[in-house]
This record gives sequence, C-alpha cells and structure tokens, in this order.
Amino acid sequence: MSDAIDRPNAPGSDSPATRKPVSTGSEWTFELIRQYDEEIAKCAAEFGLDTYPNQVEVISAEQMMDAYSSVGMPVGYNHWSFGKQFLSTSKGYQRGQMGLAYEIVINSNPCIAYLMEENTLPMQALVIAHACYGHNSFFKGNYLFRTWTDASAIIDYLVFARHYVSECEERHGVDAVEQILDSCHALMNHGVDRYKRPAPISAAKEVLRQAEREEYLQRRVNDLWRTIPKMDEDEDPITRKKRYPEEPQENLLYFIEKNAPLLETWQREIIRIVRKLAQYFYPQRQTQVMNEGWATFWHYTLLNRMYEKGLVTDGFMLEFLQSHTAVVYQPPFNSPWYSGINPYTLGFSIFTDLRRICEAPTDEDREWFPDIAGTDWVKTLHFAMANFKDESFIQQFLSPKVMRDLKLFAVEDDDQEDSYKVTAIHDEPGYRELREKLARQYNLSHREPNIQVWNVDVRGDRSLMLRHVPVNRVPLGKDTEEVLRHAHRLWGFDVHLESVDEGTVVDEYHCPHPPPLTS
Amino acid sequence: MGMTHIVDRRLNGKNKSAVNRERFLRRYRHHIKKAVSDAVHRRSITDIERGESISIPSRDIDEPVFHHGQGGHREIVHPGNQEFVTGDRLPKPEGGEGQGQGQGQASPDGEGMDEFAFQITQEEFLNFLFDDLELPNLVRKKLKDTEAFNYVRSGFSTQGVPAKLDVVRSLRGAHARRLGLGGARKKKIRELEAQLAELKSATADLDAAFSHEDQVKALEDEIARLKANVKRIPFIDEIDLRYRQHLKQPKPATSAVMFCLMDVSGSMTQMHKDTAKRFFILLYLFLKKNYKKIDVVFIRHHTSAKEVDEEEFFYSRETGGTIVSSALKLMHKIIESRYSPAEWNIYAAQASDGDNWNDDSPVCGKLLTDSILPLVQYYAYVEITPQDHQMLWYEYERVQEQFPGSFAQQQIAEPSEIYPVFRRLFERKAA
Repeated sequence: MSDAIDRPNAPGSDSPATRKPVSTGSEWTFELIRQYDEEIAKCAAEFGLDTYPNQVEVISAEQMMDAYSSVGMPVGYNHWSFGKQFLSTSKGYQRGQMGLAYEIVINSNPCIAYLMEENTLPMQALVIAHACYGHNSFFKGNYLFRTWTDASAIIDYLVFARHYVSECEERHGVDAVEQILDSCHALMNHGVDRYKRPAPISAAKEVLRQAEREEYLQRRVNDLWRTIPKMDEDEDPITRKKRYPEEPQENLLYFIEKNAPLLETWQREIIRIVRKLAQYFYPQRQTQVMNEGWATFWHYTLLNRMYEKGLVTDGFMLEFLQSHTAVVYQPPFNSPWYSGINPYTLGFSIFTDLRRICEAPTDEDREWFPDIAGTDWVKTLHFAMANFKDESFIQQFLSPKVMRDLKLFAVEDDDQEDSYKVTAIHDEPGYRELREKLARQYNLSHREPNIQVWNVDVRGDRSLMLRHVPVNRVPLGKDTEEVLRHAHRLWGFDVHLESVDEGTVVDEYHCPHPPPLTS
Repeated sequence: MGMTHIVDRRLNGKNKSAVNRERFLRRYRHHIKKAVSDAVHRRSITDIERGESISIPSRDIDEPVFHHGQGGHREIVHPGNQEFVTGDRLPKPEGGEGQGQGQGQASPDGEGMDEFAFQITQEEFLNFLFDDLELPNLVRKKLKDTEAFNYVRSGFSTQGVPAKLDVVRSLRGAHARRLGLGGARKKKIRELEAQLAELKSATADLDAAFSHEDQVKALEDEIARLKANVKRIPFIDEIDLRYRQHLKQPKPATSAVMFCLMDVSGSMTQMHKDTAKRFFILLYLFLKKNYKKIDVVFIRHHTSAKEVDEEEFFYSRETGGTIVSSALKLMHKIIESRYSPAEWNIYAAQASDGDNWNDDSPVCGKLLTDSILPLVQYYAYVEITPQDHQMLWYEYERVQEQFPGSFAQQQIAEPSEIYPVFRRLFERKAA
C-alpha cells in the first residue's frame, strides 16, 4: 500500500458535516444493495482486501433453510441426513427458537453469498461486508484454502457428484447407495489427507477419467489380491514383519477406495466423492476461529469506515452495532447459554487486538510481540490471515490482553483424580500455558481420535487392522462399534481396531466377531 | 467496481430439501408408522385429520463417527473466570461425567436431548397410516374394464339408426341438394317463360308464315319438360340423411359408496359402538384417499333396519332382538335404487356383537352370496366380542369360502385391536 492512500480510520479524516448517506430507510431494494456493495467495495479496496468476484443471491427464509441443511452448498447429492438436518432446522425456525443465519457464503469463484430477504438494509450491508469481503478475502488469501481447495471447480464438482449419485440410485437402487453413503459419512472425518496436498478437483476430468479409472482401479485391486498364498517359505505370520501398507495410512476412505477387495466400481466412486468433499471442507474445519474472526473484524471495520465517510446514518450504525454485539457475545462458563468458546468472539478479539498492538503498542505488547508492535496493521493482519490455521494462529497471536478480557482459565479433568484442577488463569505465570492449551484445543488431530490403517492380512483372512493411538489416555467414544460396522461394510472382511498406548494394546474392537478366546 | 453480481433467487424452487426430507421419512418409516399407529389409538375420532408430531430416539438417528470418549486426561480452556486462581480444586459432579468438555448442547431441563422430534403433515400421517395397505380389488377400475360409459357427440354420420336421425340437418342437406340439382333448370324455365310472355304480348304478325304459334308451342313444350324434370328431383333422398354420431367413452368410476351396517340391539353397548365407529372411520378415511366422491350410507338394525344419519347411527339407543337380514335386505334395496354398481364402487362394513336370531343366519348367508356380494367391491364384517363366535360367524365363514376376494371377517375384542385388524382385513393382496 502506498502512503498516498488516505489512511482510513485515522482521526478526523472526514467530518460528519459532509454526511451524505446512501439511504436513510431500513427497507432494502436491489438498487440500494448495489449501491452499498459499491461503497463497501471501495472501503475494502482502501484496506487492500483481495477477493474473488462476488455473486450475491437474495433468497427467502425457506430457501435459507434448504441451504442450511445441505451444508451450505447450492447443490448436493440426496441423502437422508440432509433431510434430518432440514427437519430440525425448520422446526427450530418455525417455533422461533432459532434465528437463521443471516448469511451463508460459499468458497467458490465467484464467491456466492446468500442474503435473506427478511433482513433489513443495515443487516444486508453487514452481511455483504462480512461475507462478500470478509470471508471472500479469507478464502482467497488463506494458505489452507489456497493449497487444499479449488474455488473455481467446486460447484461443477458438486453437480457432477449429484448426477453420479442419482445415476447410481437408478442403477443400483436407493437403498444400496444410501448404505454406502452412510458408511462413507461415518468415516468422513478420517477421509482426508492432512499433510499431503490433494490433486485439484475437476468435474470434467472426473467424468473423463471415470472410465479409465474404473478399469485401472479394478486391475490394481486385483493385483493386490491375486497372490495365491505361498506358505512354503519362511512365512510365519507372526515373524513376518512386512505389513501392508508398509506405512500407516491416515486417510481411511482413500485406503478403502483403493484396496477394498469386493467393492464394485461405482461404490469406489462414491467413496471418492465423499472423500473429495471431506477434503474440501477440511480447511474450513481448521480455520473456524480465524475465518469468522476475520469476517467479523472486517464487517466491523468496513461499516465504521462507511460511517466515517458519512455514507450511513446514526440509526444504521445503531442497528448494525446491536447485531454485531450479539454476534460477538461470549457467555461466561457458568451461564446457561454457555456452549464453549464463541469462535466469532475469539477471532474478532484477536484480530482487533492485533490492530491495537500495531497502532498503539504497550510495553507488554513490545515484550510479547516485538516483531509486530508498531508495524503497519493492515499488512500484519493480512499476514496473520494468510499463513495460519486456528491452532497456530492462536499460538502465535493470542495476546495477554485478550486472555484478560475474556478471563480465560484452564481446567484439568483427569479420571484418576477426584476433582477438577484449575491449571492456568489469565495472569502473568499463566499466559503462555493458557495460550498453548487453547491452541491445542483447536488442533483437529487433537480433537478427533488418531486412527490409521495399520495392516491388512493380505495372505490370510483379508482382515483390516486399524490402530488408534490415544492421547493422554483418552479412550474412544461409544460410537466406535457402530463406526466399525460401517468400515466393515465397506471393507467386506473382518475389521479390527486396537487402541495402542505406548506399545500396549489398551482396548480392542472387532467387527463382526468378538475376538476368539485365547487362553 | 462491477465485480459483484446481484441475483434475485427468491422465485427459484424452495423445496430443494423435499427429496432429502422424503428420504429421511423413508428411512425411519418403521418408527414413524409406530408413532402413527399409537396416535390412532390416542386421538379422538374427529381429530384424525391432522399431522402428527413424531419423535425418534436420538441414538437411532445419530450418525456415528469416531470420537473421544469419557476418561483419560484432558484440559479445557473456558472464558469468564471470576474467582479461580491457579491450583484451585473443584469437586466433580456426581456421576463422574466430565462436565468440562465445553461442547454438546444441553437441553433446558438439564438432560441430554435424547429425542429427535419433528412434524409430519396430515397427508403424510394418512399415508403412513395406510401404508402397505390396500383394499382388495381396489385397483381403481381399470379404464378398459369400466362398465359405465359416457356417450359424447362427435359430429354426424351418413349411417345410423332412425332414432338418431337429425331431422334439421337432414332437411338442410336435402334443400341444398334440391337447389344444386334443380337450380340451373329453374333458371332456364324462368328464361323460357319470359320469352313466352314476350311472344304472347307481341302483336300478332299478320304473316302466317311467321306465326308465333310454333314458337309458343315449342316453348311451352320445353317448359313443361323442364318442369317435369324438376319435379322428379326428390324432396328428400337417402343421401341427405344425417345421423347424430356418438362416441363411447369409458367413464372412470371415481365414486364410492360405503355402507355402514351396525347392530344396535340391546346387547350392543356404547363401547361396542365406539369400537365399530373407529373401524368405520378408518374405512372412510381409506376410501377418501382413493376416491373423489364418497357417499356414506348408515344402516342400523335390531329386528328391523332403518337408514339413519350419522348422529343417530352412533348415538341413539334401541333395544330388542336382532335380525341381521333386515339390514342386508335394506342395503340391497338401496343399491338397486340409488347406487348402480356400474357407476359406484360399493364397499360395506358390518359391525355386530355376533348376536342374531338363529333362524336368520342362513338367510343372511344366502342374501350375501346371491344378491349382495356380486355387486360390491368388498364386504367386511367385524365381530366385536371377546366371547366365542356365534351362529352368524359360522354362516359367514361359508360365505368367505365362496368369495375369498371380496369378503372378509375378523373378530375384535378390544378397541386396541382395531388397527391391526383393519390392517389384516385390507392387507395388500400380492398382485
């Protein structure tokens, strides 16, 4: 950014005397939405927000419920679980228990944002600033999204997936497809590559490659299983050290897609579709705090900038601030409304404080953030947005002031102790520990159990062995047997799961049989 | 900036989730059917036409994923600290459930949400109620099998029976033909007559050689010949005749009449009647789903039968003996006078406690087999009694052997048995 740019939000950059609001009423029209969007876009450009083109779609509440229940996607394959989501959404909405999201935004190019027709004009402006410039620039700028998702291809891919699934339903029956999808969904969270960059998705290529892949896949699978057991050599299964796969595999769905002996080609394709979608959503799950925090920070900053420029009225600002306050409200731990840390609050607080640290650093800030304190805040915030995910973002940028403001404290729950223990609070000795603990809380691989493909008994009963590595002795939940049944449905042969903590098996699960009694 | 494209999608379809919703209902149809079946018992009768709230245990619809269980060692960061300092110990709540998880929604009553509740519409309610269940022979009378026809006019034809002769149309045709055949000649006649008149009026030429006599004679002959010609054109000819043409169009039978027959003799208590009523209502609702128009005829009987309105049917009290055949005779009479089987699908449901005057039961059996069952789609008999069967039941068993497809009987001892019995009676016959 050059110095010639009128530095926004600098005191006295405009005097309220020059106020020429875009509108004064609260009813929106398409023309007004266009005008507001233009003005917001100008403000966003002042701050150097780089976005995909926007597509703003005005929809009704019913349509919002539809969008809501299909994970926000404009198209998707049919599945009962989306119907379940729809039923609970519409029930909640009809009873007035729950408001609908003001907006849904889709990581695509152009970036699609839904505005609800019920919203007032200030709400529409808020949503445009939040979604079309906040989230949008995050999608375009954050490294996870840049590396892992292809915004220009997702819609086409969804259309492809929908067609493919409905074709399968026609050919193989709704029930058969539903079963496969159920099982895939059960393993969806373990159907992503966490470290390897996936190939970009493309609907056109999918269709083209499908035929080739069909043949190729089947051949590969056959190769693996063709071996007729040769036990003549020194092939004692106990002493044999070589496992298949040689290295543990984290992507269960990928492994099953490529190696399950009995699956038909269409079933492999469906696994692939679910896997690809899981991969597409993976960055979102890792950046919730950052993404919402970033979007909230920018709707706040952009609309305040509009106010400085005299483009919106006091009444507009009051309504906007009321919504904004509701969004970033954090109920304390002992409130009946408490359900964990509000990602909007946490993200917004960190970004806001980051700006403060740049613009008006204290001694504490200089000590904690020597590289950042006093630097250009726009550049610093963009850097923070682009290069981190929730875990590392918190680890890097959660300041003592934010911890104090939110009054954070850490509680230890150990099943070997009779009481909870407060291990750190928002004080000088606690800051670093607290920050580390909170960061870990947002580490997805910490939130979800670590389960990998350990071995396949290629020469024996073809059983699949999964291995769970518990962290801090936390066992698997009660769904485990059920998920294993799904894994068994896909794999086609026995599936075993062992929890191995530091070399000893602490727990095992088997599908379909309980283990044979060994004496 | 022009980068933003604003689209109004409000008119696009809003039922995108309909398929997914339907998939959900389909998947949990067993749960829903059970809930619906319970609701039928519970609800008051007039209340049967609305949706229903269904709840399914959450554990049945949960989508399982691998997740962490209770136990082990974990630390959670919470906001809103007030008085805690590092090292404080807090007692664990009873039951040992880790409260510090900070995730998972608690319901207002403090218990986990273990029911997933949602609404189904009245239509869905009825669909589930009647799912898998179809009246025998119900397959709506196929168009080709229809015995009733509508005749619709479809122009005119040159052939037909005298009864369908269209006089106006035929005479109009005759007139046209007469004009067509005679017109030229009549014109000629008029010309000749004009010439004749001219000749006659002209002063007689003295020259006998040029006498007009010959010419007049010739003209008069010609005129006479032509007139005779014209006269031979028939006033009406066979080719003039036009008959109204009708096409036979099959008339789909979309009306049904339902006969409710009930014994109201002294032995039938209000409880019996209520049970019968529920049965009739189920039948009515079921027919309503399948036919556009339904007439309901209520016949109650003790020793004699009477056609009554609904109110009287269910709620007025009578005493006396029982002669079932009186009701069957009345029903047959009503069918003959008002409900031609060609136009109506006839259903009948008879409810009784099984009492009958013994000599009457064979009469009933004969009436049914000879005159009623050939006319009706279906005849259902429910015997509402916890006791042993009586004469009528055994008589009806013989009827059932003869008409297995259109006659059925069942015994209901308890109101709670109505729905299962109803289902058994109308179970979808394997096609």
